[in-house]
Amino acid sequence: MNVASRIAGARVSISGLVKTYQTRDDVDVLALDNIDLTIERGSFVAVVGPSGCGKSTLLSLVAGLVEASDGRIEIDDQHIVNRPHPKIGVVFQSDLLLYWRTVLDNILLPIEIKHLDVKRHIPKAEELLRQVGLKGFGNKYPSELSGGMRQRVAICRALIQEPGLLLMDEPFGALDALTREQMIMDLQEMWTRLGNTVLFITHGIDEAVFLADRVLVMSPRPGRIALDLTIDMPRPRRWSNAHENPGYQGYVRKIREIFEAQGVLVAH
Amino acid sequence: MARSNVLKPEALKPDAREALAGRGGKTAPMAVPVRKKRKRRVLERYSAIMLAGFILLLWQILVPLSGLSEFILPTPAAIVARIVEDFPLLAMHGYVTLFEVLAGFGLGVLIGVPLALAIFYSPPFQSAVYPLLVALQTVPKVALAPLLVLYLGYGWAPKITLAFLIALFPIVIGTVVGLQSLDRNLVDLTRSMGASEWQTFRKVRLPAALPNIFGGCKVAISLSVIGAVIGEYVAAERGLGYLQLQANAQFDTTLNFASVAAISALGVTLFFILSFIESKVVFRRDTAR
Ligand SMILES: Nc1ncnc2c1ncn2[C@@H]1O[C@H](COP(=O)(O)OP(=O)(O)O)[C@@H](O)[C@H]1O
Ligand SMILES: [Mg+2]
Repeated sequence: MNVASRIAGARVSISGLVKTYQTRDDVDVLALDNIDLTIERGSFVAVVGPSGCGKSTLLSLVAGLVEASDGRIEIDDQHIVNRPHPKIGVVFQSDLLLYWRTVLDNILLPIEIKHLDVKRHIPKAEELLRQVGLKGFGNKYPSELSGGMRQRVAICRALIQEPGLLLMDEPFGALDALTREQMIMDLQEMWTRLGNTVLFITHGIDEAVFLADRVLVMSPRPGRIALDLTIDMPRPRRWSNAHENPGYQGYVRKIREIFEAQGVLVAH
Repeated sequence: MARSNVLKPEALKPDAREALAGRGGKTAPMAVPVRKKRKRRVLERYSAIMLAGFILLLWQILVPLSGLSEFILPTPAAIVARIVEDFPLLAMHGYVTLFEVLAGFGLGVLIGVPLALAIFYSPPFQSAVYPLLVALQTVPKVALAPLLVLYLGYGWAPKITLAFLIALFPIVIGTVVGLQSLDRNLVDLTRSMGASEWQTFRKVRLPAALPNIFGGCKVAISLSVIGAVIGEYVAAERGLGYLQLQANAQFDTTLNFASVAAISALGVTLFFILSFIESKVVFRRDTAR
């Protein structure tokens, strides 16, 4: 099994998506309102928005973890109804590694759950570890790793089944600035190599613009897509000088303006 | 990797609250013991033994000086000599108490864990049973002993029942707390991999709850000993509690102390056995490799 090979990206199509949460005190929370969105195969789409605008809700819906109140989600023409598509991988803000399992066994968890041949996937898991710079860490326990290393393992776990769609919910939100910077560059390198579709949720404007082909800016609750911005910058992009790039600055400014107009960012 | 935490001195005195809620809580990863830590532990262990030895020595020296008769306070040496001398007697009664404790505790696990699962998985069940269980917990179980004898007679039944009733609560609470303290995102994670609830339970919920379940069990087994002995105090013809009562009636204070030592030894041994099983089970590498 060759891990270096490219993964066929999935196509995501969302129409009229609405999500209302029923709360205990019978006040319904409209989290997402009428989202229409198509994500092309192999594209990297980032979603930015203020806290509580429904970003995680969008991801959970696409992942098939919660049921939509209205609308339709399709991944590769398969209608997603409260049941995850088999070809997705999810990375959350916390690494969610099982502390009683070694790094390798954590990566192999999806294989076990799908009743696939675990032994046959060990070389692949080890190759993934090598690619994220954790060669030889397979037999360590998560508690022996730093936060950044743990999140790398979580990414390996999401990639072990070569997901056509990689869903990431603020994956670098819990990391320190320096580690985050490295992870952003590594993610770009990895995605360039694999070519799968990525839906990347973040509240960091900088990382969204840096990484994505397309940035969706969401409005405060109820979440709507306020701006659909195509990022036209050549790759590979370099974090160290991206900020001096006028194109990059322009995109960031545009997103900030939207947030200022919506009162998400207030100038003093 | 060192797996054993059997001889940690702090394991000797389980603080019920800590054992129930503390270890393996929400996100705190179970520390992997490191060699350096182990060295310190060994040192701590010896310091406990040294302190105990010092107290016994002081006791041994002060008793003759105080002029107290051995009917009031025998020396440690006399007690040890008596334990050796009467070992068959103590062992015979010890087996009885051991059986009662194990039966009561075993029932506690057999009934407590499924009960906890039902409480965890069924909200209606939880709202119906949980308050009752907490209410039951506020009844001093010891006060039930005479009633249990009245209803269940003088044989095994009241002792086992008492040990069971005392053991049940910490086991149920430990298990429920362990299951509830799981990071909800972990369930999302396994579901996103296509896991069934059974798979999520087996691969995540249960292993994550095990430290709390064992915490509950360790509290429970120590309490079970108390339950069984109290049962024997009320009405019995065998068991360490009965033996102690006999010694008391005959002003045989040395045997009285020997019984206390045997009861403590029973509790500590059972606790250590559970800790040993825990060290084998909780860190188990659960996968096909
Ligand atoms: N399970 C839930 N029950 C009720 N309300 C929820 C639930 N999950 C999220 N919400 C609400 O929906 C809104 C969007 O949440 P979320 O998608 O987590 O936002 P974000 O990830 O952008 O911070 C928030 O107001 C939040 O309180
Ligand atoms: Mg979120």
